[in-house]
Amino acid sequence: MRRNYLRALGGVALAVALGGAAACQESSSPGGGTESCGTIKIGIFGAFSGGNAGLVLPGRDAAKLAVKQYNAANPNCQVTLVEADSEGSGDKAAPVAAQWAADSAMIGVIGGFFSGESAATIPTFESAGMVMVAPSATRTDLTTLGSKHVFHRVVGNDASQGPAAGRYIKDILKAQKPFIVDDGSAYGSALAVEVKKILGTVAGEDKVQEKQSNFDATIQKVKTAGADVVFYGGYTNEAAPFLKQLRQAGVTAKFVGGDGINDAAFPTGAGATESEGALMTCPCLPAEKSGSTFQQAYQAEYNQPAGVYSAEGYDAANVLLDAIKAGKRTRADVLAFVNSYDKDAVSKHIKFDATGEVEASSVVIWMYKVQGGKIVADQEIPKS
Amino acid sequence: MNIDALIDHIGQHTVNGLFKGSIYALVALGYTLVYGVLKLINFAHSEVFMVGTFAVLGVWSFMGATDGPTLPSALMFIVVGLLIAAAAAGGTALLVERIAYRPLRRKNAPSLVFLITAIGVSLVLQEIFGFVLAKFFGRPFGRLVVGMPNIVVSDPVIRLPGVDITNKHLIVFAAAVLMMIGLDQFINRTRYGRGVRAVAQSPDTAALMGVNQDRVIMLIFVLGGIMAGVASLLWSVSFAVTKFDIGFVIGLKAFTAAVLGGIGNLRGALLGGLVLGVVEAYSSSLFNSNWEDVTAFVVLVVVLMFRPTGLLGESLGRARA
Repeated sequence: MRRNYLRALGGVALAVALGGAAACQESSSPGGGTESCGTIKIGIFGAFSGGNAGLVLPGRDAAKLAVKQYNAANPNCQVTLVEADSEGSGDKAAPVAAQWAADSAMIGVIGGFFSGESAATIPTFESAGMVMVAPSATRTDLTTLGSKHVFHRVVGNDASQGPAAGRYIKDILKAQKPFIVDDGSAYGSALAVEVKKILGTVAGEDKVQEKQSNFDATIQKVKTAGADVVFYGGYTNEAAPFLKQLRQAGVTAKFVGGDGINDAAFPTGAGATESEGALMTCPCLPAEKSGSTFQQAYQAEYNQPAGVYSAEGYDAANVLLDAIKAGKRTRADVLAFVNSYDKDAVSKHIKFDATGEVEASSVVIWMYKVQGGKIVADQEIPKS
Repeated sequence: MNIDALIDHIGQHTVNGLFKGSIYALVALGYTLVYGVLKLINFAHSEVFMVGTFAVLGVWSFMGATDGPTLPSALMFIVVGLLIAAAAAGGTALLVERIAYRPLRRKNAPSLVFLITAIGVSLVLQEIFGFVLAKFFGRPFGRLVVGMPNIVVSDPVIRLPGVDITNKHLIVFAAAVLMMIGLDQFINRTRYGRGVRAVAQSPDTAALMGVNQDRVIMLIFVLGGIMAGVASLLWSVSFAVTKFDIGFVIGLKAFTAAVLGGIGNLRGALLGGLVLGVVEAYSSSLFNSNWEDVTAFVVLVVVLMFRPTGLLGESLGRARA
């Protein structure tokens, strides 16, 4: 008897939940409908949760801020920003791309934030003729994947970040015995290859893997090589324990990484003492150097300073919003508008070349460092 | 292939391998105990280890631990951490058995149901620490790696030519061997241990002889949990870092170690853990660090081809003193 009662109750609860979900579905389409310009949607996807969300959330929040500012300034033409959490994986991003491609109100996409998820979605967006403006996907080959070049990015690619890191190690740190480690990921190994090209000879190298948490063997190799600089191509979740164990083992070599470890979780994970002085490159402009009202607006909106890739996220959103402001309403028009975009933005002057790369002359690569457990800007890396 | 790198530092790689292998071995005990009695692979065991590391992190932060404390306070952190980790891990293992497995056993569920439940429990525990608790409390929960204070500052106390044995190595070796001997004696010499062996040999006969099967099963889960708790303390002392999915790789390796040594066999778990650790250390030196998993599993497959029941053979019941 009791069991039947429970079962009935469960059934009712399930029905209510399903009904609720259905109701949510309907109400999530933009309300109103009195706008003079109909429904305009732009999408943003990236790793909003998961281990590397720290690299993505500031950029997403900046894009949300841009849309909010636009909507406040244009009450007659509201833009809806549709968010999708890809957890940084192409498998999760691909269905989102298919869904958006089928939505005729969707006219442009901000993203992806990572290279893998971008590569997984480019074919879909390409066949839909939908423009993508990526704030932080830096793998070199992304702009050459399709023939229509829907993919654009407002940052330099790994071919500019890697060599910059290499030049810093060679010219500024004056490393005699650099040691290169990467995590074997598309991002990490590509970055390590670029660094190696600049350095020429290295004292040694090793490859680790994602989810690894014990680095004794690599540390032994670093010690044997007598390295004075260790470059790590990869992300925070492995870099933090690696650096911690490296310092514990008494290795004092300088530690340099790419933008994958330019993440507030890196000093927390590695420990403030161990991570002190660790360096990381980033093709992202330090927010405090952006010299515009963006930084104050971000601080006011989120009550925290703008973080990594926030200026780039803001710029990516504004490229699309400018297209809408200019009256572009179809995917083809927006794509054409973005292709001929030429304007000073927060992070840099944005003008795309034929493949969708931002012009090389405006790419900036900054070196950041850990100081007192916080990541602060160190210096801009000279272009040659 | 870099044979010179291996040969030149063979001593150091052996020490590093035994060090890692000791932790694998302690976690492997949990798999082996449960398998020996229930013929169930308890995939949730890796998360029992993870809960242990978070318990250590919690109690150390609560006590205000910082990097490199003085010797007396370091000892205190280790002892309190040990007790709390063992209690938390043992408690989690017990809860998993009471909530997830016992109801299934009552209904004589097929073994596949146990297996999928184990995987489900493992995911639930991961998500509790990686997602649910992070929603309410923020850091240190969540998806990102968290550092812990370095309670023991690495110091090479024994220096042999080409081999540095640090205080951390000694702590881990000593603790692992002591726990192994203790558990082995417990299973082989005490009354409770006799109950465990009896249920492992024949649950029905043991029940007819008046052994309370449920109590024996609870006992093995708690014992396995305590061993994982000790391992999690040793892990925290050695590497001072944790994450919501930290148990995944370690659990997989520990399970491999248990199979390599002969699942269901306590001494096999120790041997399997140590062999696996050393094989991994050698292969990371010989090739690159990302080859360690490949080599470990190749060795497992080769060993199982010639000894399908593992190095020492399976069966908890027949393990002799």
